[in-house]
Amino acid sequence: MICQECNERPAALHFTNYTNGEKTEMHLCERCAQEKGELFMMNQGDGFSINNLLAGLLNIEPAFPKTKQSTFHQEEVIQCHECSMTFPQFVKIGRFGCANCYETFKEHLSPIIRRLHSGNAKHNGKIPKRIGGNLHLRKKIEELKLNLKDLISQEEFEQAAEMRDQIRSLEKELTDYQGGGN
Amino acid sequence: MSLERFISQAVSSWMSADGPDSDIVLSSRIRLARNLSEFTFPTVFKNEEAKQVSETIEERLNNEAFSDKSQLEFLKMDDIQPLQKRVLVEKHLISPHLAENSTHGACLLSENEEFSIMVNEEDHIRIQCLFPGLQLSEALKAANKIDNWLEEQVNYAFDEQYGYLTSCPTNVGTGMRASVMMHLPGLVLTQQMNRIVPAINQLGLVVRGTYGEGSEALGNIFQISNQITLGKSESDIVEDLNSVVSQIIAQERSAREALVKTSNIQLEDRVYRSYGVLANSRVIETKEAAKCLSDVRLGIDMGYIKNISKTILSELMTLTQPGFLQQYAGGPLRPNERDVRRAALIRERIQMETQNELGG
Ligand SMILES: [Zn+2]
Ligand SMILES: [Zn+2]
Repeated sequence: MICQECNERPAALHFTNYTNGEKTEMHLCERCAQEKGELFMMNQGDGFSINNLLAGLLNIEPAFPKTKQSTFHQEEVIQCHECSMTFPQFVKIGRFGCANCYETFKEHLSPIIRRLHSGNAKHNGKIPKRIGGNLHLRKKIEELKLNLKDLISQEEFEQAAEMRDQIRSLEKELTDYQGGGN
Repeated sequence: MSLERFISQAVSSWMSADGPDSDIVLSSRIRLARNLSEFTFPTVFKNEEAKQVSETIEERLNNEAFSDKSQLEFLKMDDIQPLQKRVLVEKHLISPHLAENSTHGACLLSENEEFSIMVNEEDHIRIQCLFPGLQLSEALKAANKIDNWLEEQVNYAFDEQYGYLTSCPTNVGTGMRASVMMHLPGLVLTQQMNRIVPAINQLGLVVRGTYGEGSEALGNIFQISNQITLGKSESDIVEDLNSVVSQIIAQERSAREALVKTSNIQLEDRVYRSYGVLANSRVIETKEAAKCLSDVRLGIDMGYIKNISKTILSELMTLTQPGFLQQYAGGPLRPNERDVRRAALIRERIQMETQNELGG
């Protein structure tokens, strides 16, 4: 077989690549492979190596922990209703098919995500202004409600009343927001 | 085309401009991964949907000017020549994946190439900002500005728990990869990289050769970036990376000092030999060129070589890659022809410097 890049030297290296579920093959001579390799390495994003690494990592996770029920009937394959990706497919390619996959695979996801992100499982960064608009508010309300509980259990009723008013005004803001008010 | 003109067209602002600590940090980069909520990810989407994503983004962005200063260019991968794509990849403006494997892939380039937006790469949208020297916070600011502008036009896939939803679980959360390109010849020559790399890894950062693999980094250029994207804020990630980079800078500086103290003449000899190779060779491979360019750049930083601009390393590391060489030659070149061209281009570039010196 001849190298498909230079059409000159015999192909010494053979690569298989999966893109969008399609298999592509590359046959390269050593020289062209080296040059292509440099090109891949330059990709400052997440190259092939990460992909393989991830697949290995995900495979460690028991995709379908054997439960008592599953010994009785066929193992149920979880599938995303938006993009039809199944959990085994996700584990194999290490990529989600759509935003809804996160919801679909939720139960199995947490240990995988934690392993990839040093034990973290909750976003702690930027919140988009428009879509995440009321998220800031809801977070604040949640926090205050916890405080309120504490205050009541400590019988700090005066402060609790203040806290309650604060929560009410924030909740009003939230309903205004959801009502489409700007 | 004259070499001078070719270079002025080929060089992005990060390569020619000066930045903080640019004797060691060549560039700082922020990349944000974003997806549109109403489409499936590029992992699985079909041709028609890919087209819709590209059209949606092109349309929205055409209607809304990003800023009055910056002209944006929307380049569809299907419309441009393979060689042009390769050049964009070699300039780090787009990824090889976008160039070779994307469906209806496109990129939006700013005039000065300070930022680019890739469309239909692994995620629907990837924003990239590239600054000279150590300027991660500045790059983050710039990336956020673009991100905010985009968010007004399109619906991002965002989740309260997992943050920005990405096609690969390694990017979820902030969707942010912050990285710096560092020239570390002192640490390589004093054989300290093998000790430093595992230490950096333990801090949750990834080190790799930018133009090569592992410790065999071409031109002693290393890329250091954050590994995790979930659970930490963008500014914390940048701050943590900054503090590690500052420590590496300090170690590189002391390694250089130690080299001068212990083997001044050997170092000077090495620098000038490499200079001689670059100025005179007729055939040169990527690896040798990278080594010599690194030596010469070190020589400039250490004051051995005075009449050559220090941008020569980033510039020639970029310009002597296969895509650029072929663009300069005006057609395809076989690998052995490239080695001849590479040598010629480097010689010419060095002559340009010495002529400027004589003329000025
Ligand atoms: Zn070949
Ligand atoms: Zn899905």
